[in-house]
This record gives sequence, C-alpha cells and structure tokens, in this order.
Amino acid sequence: MTGPSSAVSLGASRIPGWLAPGSASGALIALIVLVLLNSFFTPNFATTSNFWNVLLQASQVVLVAVGMTLVIATGGIDLSVGSVMAIAGSVAAVQLGLGIVPATAIALAAATLVGFVNGTLITRDRIQPIVVTLATLIAGRGLAQVISNDGQLVPINEPGFEILGRGHIGPVPTPVVIALLVAAAAAFALRAMPFGRYLLSAGGNPAAARLAGVPVRRTLITAYTLSGLLAGVAGLIEVSRLGASDAAKVGVNIELDAIAAVVVGGTALTGGRATIFGTVVGALIMQVIATSFNMLLVPYAWSLALKAGIILFAVYLQRAKRV
Amino acid sequence: MSQALPKTAPSFRERGLAVLRHQGALVALVVALAFGFARYGAFLTSENLLNIVRQNSMVGLVALGMTFVILTGGIDLSVGAVLAVAGVAAVYFAKFGTLAAIAAGVGVAALIGLVNGLLIAKARIQPFITTLAMMIAARGLALAATGENSIPLAPGASGLAWLGRGEIGPLPVPVVLLLLAFATGWVVLRYTRFGRHVYAVGDNMDAARLLGLKVDRVLVITYVVSGAFAGLAGVVLTSRLGAAQPVAGTGWELDAIAAVVVGGTVLTGGQGGAGLTLTGVLLLGVILNLLNLEGTVSPWWQWVIRGAFLLAVVVVQGRMQRAASNG
Repeated sequence: MTGPSSAVSLGASRIPGWLAPGSASGALIALIVLVLLNSFFTPNFATTSNFWNVLLQASQVVLVAVGMTLVIATGGIDLSVGSVMAIAGSVAAVQLGLGIVPATAIALAAATLVGFVNGTLITRDRIQPIVVTLATLIAGRGLAQVISNDGQLVPINEPGFEILGRGHIGPVPTPVVIALLVAAAAAFALRAMPFGRYLLSAGGNPAAARLAGVPVRRTLITAYTLSGLLAGVAGLIEVSRLGASDAAKVGVNIELDAIAAVVVGGTALTGGRATIFGTVVGALIMQVIATSFNMLLVPYAWSLALKAGIILFAVYLQRAKRV
Repeated sequence: MSQALPKTAPSFRERGLAVLRHQGALVALVVALAFGFARYGAFLTSENLLNIVRQNSMVGLVALGMTFVILTGGIDLSVGAVLAVAGVAAVYFAKFGTLAAIAAGVGVAALIGLVNGLLIAKARIQPFITTLAMMIAARGLALAATGENSIPLAPGASGLAWLGRGEIGPLPVPVVLLLLAFATGWVVLRYTRFGRHVYAVGDNMDAARLLGLKVDRVLVITYVVSGAFAGLAGVVLTSRLGAAQPVAGTGWELDAIAAVVVGGTVLTGGQGGAGLTLTGVLLLGVILNLLNLEGTVSPWWQWVIRGAFLLAVVVVQGRMQRAASNG
C-alpha cells in the first residue's frame, strides 16, 4: 500500500503515549466509556445474560483477530481467514463419522495447511500478502463447498461436538474460554518468547532483522500458519454452534471484522508493533456497538456506518506518528 | 520503467521473453481462445464472444477504475459497495429521466471516491483501511436507502433499461461502454500529463513530491475515477437486472483486483496500464466461459480454479520480473 513513506517521526512528541500505536490504553478507555453509556441508556444491557452474550458473540472474532494480529505485526494481512473457517467447518462436519477427535484434528490440520501455504508463497515467492490471501480466499471458499458434498448443508448430529460451540464451563461459554486461553497464550508468546521478538523485528524492519540473525522467513510462515490454525478453531466453533456446516456462509466477511478489531485495538498496520490485549478490546468494542444498536432497535445500516467511522478514527490517531 | 540503453539488437529469444514478460496475459488469452476454438464449435462464434464481453463489462469498468488507483500504489476495496449505492441512486432518480439517473449514480459514486481520496491524501490514512471502512459504510448506506429490499426500476424508465439491455448496431450497449471507457482510460494514462503523473506518483511518491508534482491532487483524482467507474458499473448492472439491489456488487472488489493483477499491473504501483487490465478481464472471463462450456466442472471447483489461476499468474510474474532484474 502507499501511505506517505517518509518515516521520519518528527511529530511523535505531539501524540500522548496512551494513543501511540502498540498501546491499547486508548481502546480500553473507549470500551469502558461505551459500556458505561450503554449501562445507563440501553435497557437490559447491564445484565449477566447480556454480558455472557456479548463475550460469546465476540469470541470467534477474537480468535481470528489474534491470528490476524500476529500477521499484521509482520506488516502483512490475511484475507483468507473466513474461507479457512469454512474449510475447517466442512471438513469436520464431513469427517465426524470417524469420531470427534480425529475429525477435529483433520479439520485443524487442513486449516493450518492453508495458512502454511499462504506463508510459504508470501516468503518464498515474495508475492504481496494481499494477493496471496485474496487468491486463497477465493479458492478456499470453493474448496469448502466442494468438501461439503458440492455445496450441501451438512448437518451435525453429534452431541459431543456441539459442546465446543454451545457448552459451558461453569457459567462461562466454552468459546469464551477457548478465546481467552488463546489470547493469553498469544500475548505471552509476543511478550516473553523469542518468537514474539522475531515477529516484531521482522515486521518493523525485515532487512535489519535478517542482518541481526532473525529467521525472518520462518517467523513469517509461522505467523500465517497460526492465523490459519486459529481461523480453523473459529470455524469449528461456528459449525458446532450452528449444528450444521454451511460452506456458503461460515466466516463470510470475518476478515473485515478481524482487521477492524486489530486496528481499533491499536496494532499498527505497518507492522513492528502489536498488542493482543488491544485486539481483544477492539473486538469487544465492535461487539458492544453491534449488540447495543441491536437492543436499541437502531437499523443495522447505522451500526455499519459507526463501525466504519470508528475504524477510520482509530487509524487516523495511529498515522499521526508518521507525519 | 527504466528505459533500456540502446545496445546490440536484441535476439529473437530475448524479444520473445520480453513479450512474455510484458504481455503474458495477452499470450495466455490467445492460448485460451485457440484452445476454446479447437475444442468447442460454439466457442468462436461472435454470439458467444460478445456474450463473454457483455457479462464481464461491469467488472471490467470497475477494474479500469481500480487500475488508476493501483497504479498509484493504492487500492480501493469500496468499489463493490459503491456500485450498489450508485444503482440505488439511479433507480431513485430514474423518474427525472435517463440522464438524471446516470448522473445521479455516477455522481454519488464519484463523491464517495472523493471522500476516499481526501482521507487518503489529506488525512493520510492508508488506502487499504480507508476504503475498507468506506466499503462497510457504503454498504450500510445502500441497505439504509432501500430498507434492505430490492427496488425495481419504474416501468417508464426505458432509457435506463436500454443502457444495460439495448444494442448499438451489432454491439450490446454495455460492450460499447466498456470499449469506450477503456479507450479513454488508455489514452489518458498513456498520452496525458495526468497519466504520466499517475505513474510518477506510483513509482516513487517522495520523488514525485520533490519534483513538484501535485501528488495529493493526483491521488484524489484517481479515487474519484475509481468511484465513478464503479458507479457507472452499478448503473449498468441495475439496468440489466431491472432493479437496484442493496447487496449488489458484493465481492466485486476482489474480482476487479484479480483482473488488474492477472493483466500485469503491479500492486506496488508505477507499472501497468489500461490495456493490460482489459486483457486480464477478458482472460478471466474466457477461462470462466471455457469452464462453463466444459460443463463437468461444478461452480465450486470453478472458484478453486480461479483462485489457483490467480496464484499461478502472480508466481510466474514474480519469477520473470526477478529473472529480468537479475539478468
């Protein structure tokens, strides 16, 4: 993409630290304000059932957006996540006869493989991430349809598998538990493991990272592979929740929601900086808006407009450091 | 880009490689046409060929606008949603006459493009994010303006219906529009000062700025052009369908980008052109047509093949470019 490429950060001092890219504080404040406003003005918003409902509905976007954060931290993008969700969902639905564990494993392996192919083509053939993942978005959606017996709705009659999307652990819905565990693991990896430092340095300045001995290629491939795997998990949750695999619908446009969550959370699209916590907050902001507009009976179209405005505003704050 | 210095006359093989490198899509198109001719009697009839062009004329218009944007190194993800907004505007203005309907559709689309361009050039928000947000907002606008329903074209609007379904001599009107648009785009990019500025901005924005080019203005205009062509495509689509649908054009941004890339315009900007994009549009259209004629390939496999084909093209393009820069 373009954007002014003069990376001299003359204006950096004008931006307070809590608004700087890589910081989630601005997003957190926005989330708190949103929740407080809704608690006062939206009837039935501040209830336990709605609390779990918001978390449950945000959990799939959180899973996909965590993977997307890793990819965006490298300066890349993954448009294929929605199709990967559909692939994982239809593979699992078709293979459930083999038992829950093998079907889940095969489905996740398929999703991981798509991510690995994305990463390999991007690093080895040096094709822009947006083109590679656009192609796997198109091909992946077709593949998901082919796998589900040529575009059929595949019903799932396996109570054990339905726990994934509809079950609870204590009061907490299973998808929320999975999303939180994944987010925590990713935050830990980003902060405390060599992979995290490799990721940020490869995204910040690939040439310098390579000179410093960072395995840039392997790091990038890992990021895309993880993005595929996490999209696969989200896909399994989705078909388990629906009780069927609908390859035409599962995960459509989730890449937009995920990118929005990442950007609103404070991760810079230019790479080199990332915050998993911010991404989770970003996904929650988007979900709180969607849920409260729904409860206030505001037309869907207006929630789309507000979503667009929030994304633009978040990036407008980010770009200020590069003026 | 960098003009080769005059050295010894290039050998036949070198010249052949150069043609492949710059006109790979054209070569592939010729091969696909020859294959279709050899395999199916009905393929090379003017009826089938015109049908291919007509079916792809709307994506073609979108892809032409997208070419301007991509040449500057940008991207426009909002075109599909903008197309829907333009279709809605055209239906609402159809009662004031055909010209008013077209002007309303193209005008509102150009206006959205203007907002895109200003956000990108003046507020300096990345094109990817600006147009992603605009895609979401414009889809919302189309849904809000129609109450999420399909709005039929008034029966009296025969002029507007002609735009999508009529014929000029032997040619369907959308085909004529497509050819005129690409001829204009080709001339503008190749022979006008604005066209050269588009390439300069895409090649090296900082250098263009230092040279005193009005970079911001060039950027804004390209997004207006992209919006306007998406709007024209939306008006034609509405006319063909006889109704404005708020979900029209969903995913068309991807088809348009694929056509531009397959044609050979480089996503990083500065290299490519309108002619290449027309070739890309036709190549993808012909391949889809061949898969349909084959009849045994399910629509789902066609998606797989389209994606794989896009990947194959960019892999080969990348290899040839690297080979060229190394050799």
